[in-house]
Amino acid sequence: MVRLFGPLVGLFFAVALLWSFGVGAIQAIREPEPATAVQKFHLAPHEPEPGFSFNGPFGKFDRAQLQRGFQVYKEVCSNCHSLHFVAFRDLAALGYSEAEVKAIAKDWSNKAKVTDPKTGDETQRDNVPADHFPKVYYAGTGNPPDLSLVTKARHEGPEYVYSLLTGYQDQPAELLKEFPDSKTPDGLYYNPYFANLNIAMPAPLADDQVTYGDGTKATKQQMAADVAAFLTWTAEPKMEKRKQTGWAVLGFLLAATVLAYLAKRNIWAKVH
Amino acid sequence: MADEAIVNASGTDTPAVHDGSGGEDGVRRRDFINIAAVSFAGVGGLAVLVPLVSQMAPSADVLAESSTEIDISQIAPGQAIKAVFRKQPVFVRNLTPTEISEADKVPVSSLRDPQTLEERTKPGKTNWLITMGVCTHLGCVPLGAGEGEVKGEFGGYFCPCHGSVYDTAARIRKGPAPKNLEVPPYEFTSDTVVKIG
Amino acid sequence: MSFPWAKEYKPSHPLMQWLDEKLPLPRFVYNAVGAGYPVPRNLNYMWNFGILAGVCLMLQIVTGVVLAMHYAANSGVAFDSVEHIMRDVNWGWMLRYAHANGASAFFVVVYIHIFRGFFYSSYKPPREMIWLLGVTIFLLMMATAFMGYVLPWGQMSFWGAKVITGLFSAIPVVGTPLQQWLLGGFAPDNAALNRFFSLHFLLPFVILGVVILHIWALHIPGSSNPTGVEVKSESDTVPFHPYYTAKDGFGLGVFAILYCTMLFFLPNALGHPDNYIQANPLSTPAHIVPEWYFWPFYAILRAFTADFLFIPAKLMGVLAMFSAILVWFFLPWLDTSPVRSGHYRPLFRKFFYLLVIDVLVLGYCGGSPAETKYVLISQIAATYYFLHFLVILPIVASIEKPAPLPFSITQAVLGKDDQTAPAA
Repeated sequence: MVRLFGPLVGLFFAVALLWSFGVGAIQAIREPEPATAVQKFHLAPHEPEPGFSFNGPFGKFDRAQLQRGFQVYKEVCSNCHSLHFVAFRDLAALGYSEAEVKAIAKDWSNKAKVTDPKTGDETQRDNVPADHFPKVYYAGTGNPPDLSLVTKARHEGPEYVYSLLTGYQDQPAELLKEFPDSKTPDGLYYNPYFANLNIAMPAPLADDQVTYGDGTKATKQQMAADVAAFLTWTAEPKMEKRKQTGWAVLGFLLAATVLAYLAKRNIWAKVH
Repeated sequence: MADEAIVNASGTDTPAVHDGSGGEDGVRRRDFINIAAVSFAGVGGLAVLVPLVSQMAPSADVLAESSTEIDISQIAPGQAIKAVFRKQPVFVRNLTPTEISEADKVPVSSLRDPQTLEERTKPGKTNWLITMGVCTHLGCVPLGAGEGEVKGEFGGYFCPCHGSVYDTAARIRKGPAPKNLEVPPYEFTSDTVVKIG
Repeated sequence: MSFPWAKEYKPSHPLMQWLDEKLPLPRFVYNAVGAGYPVPRNLNYMWNFGILAGVCLMLQIVTGVVLAMHYAANSGVAFDSVEHIMRDVNWGWMLRYAHANGASAFFVVVYIHIFRGFFYSSYKPPREMIWLLGVTIFLLMMATAFMGYVLPWGQMSFWGAKVITGLFSAIPVVGTPLQQWLLGGFAPDNAALNRFFSLHFLLPFVILGVVILHIWALHIPGSSNPTGVEVKSESDTVPFHPYYTAKDGFGLGVFAILYCTMLFFLPNALGHPDNYIQANPLSTPAHIVPEWYFWPFYAILRAFTADFLFIPAKLMGVLAMFSAILVWFFLPWLDTSPVRSGHYRPLFRKFFYLLVIDVLVLGYCGGSPAETKYVLISQIAATYYFLHFLVILPIVASIEKPAPLPFSITQAVLGKDDQTAPAA
């Protein structure tokens, strides 16, 4: 039975597939898929010079850079973008003292929303370290995503954030010449690192937009790299511990595996 | 199992053995490798337990909520409020002078858990009795802090679960509880705000 | 249940004697993976993967039970609870990465285990039942993995659930009601998430049960071996313990090194970035792709782009995708060659390697965006896939002239066997 029906079923699927193939191939030849502006002009993200300190198996965060990045987030990004999965208390990992964390939380301009249990009224209070960064509600065009996980939610996240922030430019003339329909619509901005090339966010950074406390010159590239580093930390705050643990575990496993190999060879020595 | 590995490995009772190995020293060295390999496996197994066990300990967000600030400006003498400290009720009570003197009258030596009211409050703020609202018997919430609740025969708190009775200094006076209601660590950050924990 | 020369369990310690009389659990272990189980002496490292699959199952159960202590199966908070695990729970990040990468590791191991079965024809009599149970385990694994991937409630979770349950809507007449019944709604939401969590927790224990049957069935004929020649005498075997416990120990070490490298240094390499975006029913990701271990089957699903006869393309895709796995159930009766091992089957071997390449191509296409070129390639690759199992294997079995087999395992290993007449 199986040997009778098996080949028939196999041939059935094969013929159906070849039929699909034929139909698809003819269509592909008759009407080849037109090239799109995205295919030709989208760019892969790249690292800042001289690279991120946290990349690679030994990579570590640069605390000063994280603090600068936090400053950029606070003064620029936080107007539109939430950071909801991060709590103020987590900032202690950037090197802030307990008092500093408390002050940052208290002075945060977006206050914690609370409902009065007696009246049901929405009121607000100062944030405390245990609070998460309050959600930011944005009324304009576009949907500014929450940034807590953004570097894990994009391919090559840190590089993407850096490239996107520094990648704003005028739409290339060749693009408009080749794809006249692809002109960036009003209210959107051309950015070759954005998935569909046209992003709702206006270029957020300009040179010297913030004043760094540590004297670092706030170029656009510097701020973009700093905030990309900060957002890498917000997405993966346990990265350093993960890598450290990883090396300890691998060291142990390597030793154990060598021993296991020697033991295996001993035991098998007698039967080969 | 592990023991057998070592016995067998030293070549005593396995079939199809072509024992071409050297003398005693060779056997000992090979035993050592097998013991070491099995020991490594054991250590590795124990190390795996560390995260599996410690994941059950309080997480960072729970630990972060280990202190509470309470506004006490609205509590009139004779009144009490229930607040939440570490997910448990805490009683903040503004004692009347009568309640204070009642508490002071009791000879300390007669108590099950001898403590004076002064020891249980902050200097100069003897009227502010701040205790956990957790009965020291089995952890029920005693009555007496809410408006209209039974305060028990000593005017403090009364636990309905098993009938423990606390006095106006929240000391155990009657019933099965072994200890006075616990006084959590706290400080007055101002005249109207107290920070617990 | 075993060969006559299998050693009998003789407890030496009085405590073990006592236990063996009351409940012969030590005896059971001794006969299952101890010195009481004689195993062909010539098993190569391909035979490590059964034990490794068992280790992966235990790893997933242990990390999964622990994660379930912190996870909340509610569409409002599921995503947050996963981030809570990653950020606040002690070692939570490690446990979650261990579980996520553990699923991939499990599939790597099981795929190698299955392809070992293909090459050495481990499905042939008398081992058909082991094979059938194995395919059942694989199906259960796929269901479990799919439902587990929904739990973090990211974009890929949501859209994966939507697309896969959408497959059922291809079934004529009952399709749409069936899909709504599966989801408990019109689209994936709280009801679906809750039942997926419940089943994701339950199924691993069902898998464990079938694994026990799989191993039980294995112990009746005993393990197959790279020559495919059945065990003839005691010299063909060694006791499982210490020989294969030691070999498996070493294999486990190598596996653990590779797995931990992924876990600690590339924990998100096999995942999709979109799953770090909370589920949004109003916005579909640019490319919906399942996890890598579904890619070959996903490519087969997408390969059907034109209606065939009276059957809509969508239904054909669904039928073909399920058939692609179900066909494995019939393997013992499709491949009727009396020779098991691919080592002695020159023609079969060529087609086997072609199948490996074919499945890799299907996998690559399944993970790529649905562009014409990938669809066209996967149509050819899927054609070969079905022809291989259903047409080529039966034909090869009847026309192939196998290479001469060794008299016994001992002869294959040592070049001579005292049991034989003069060695070949």
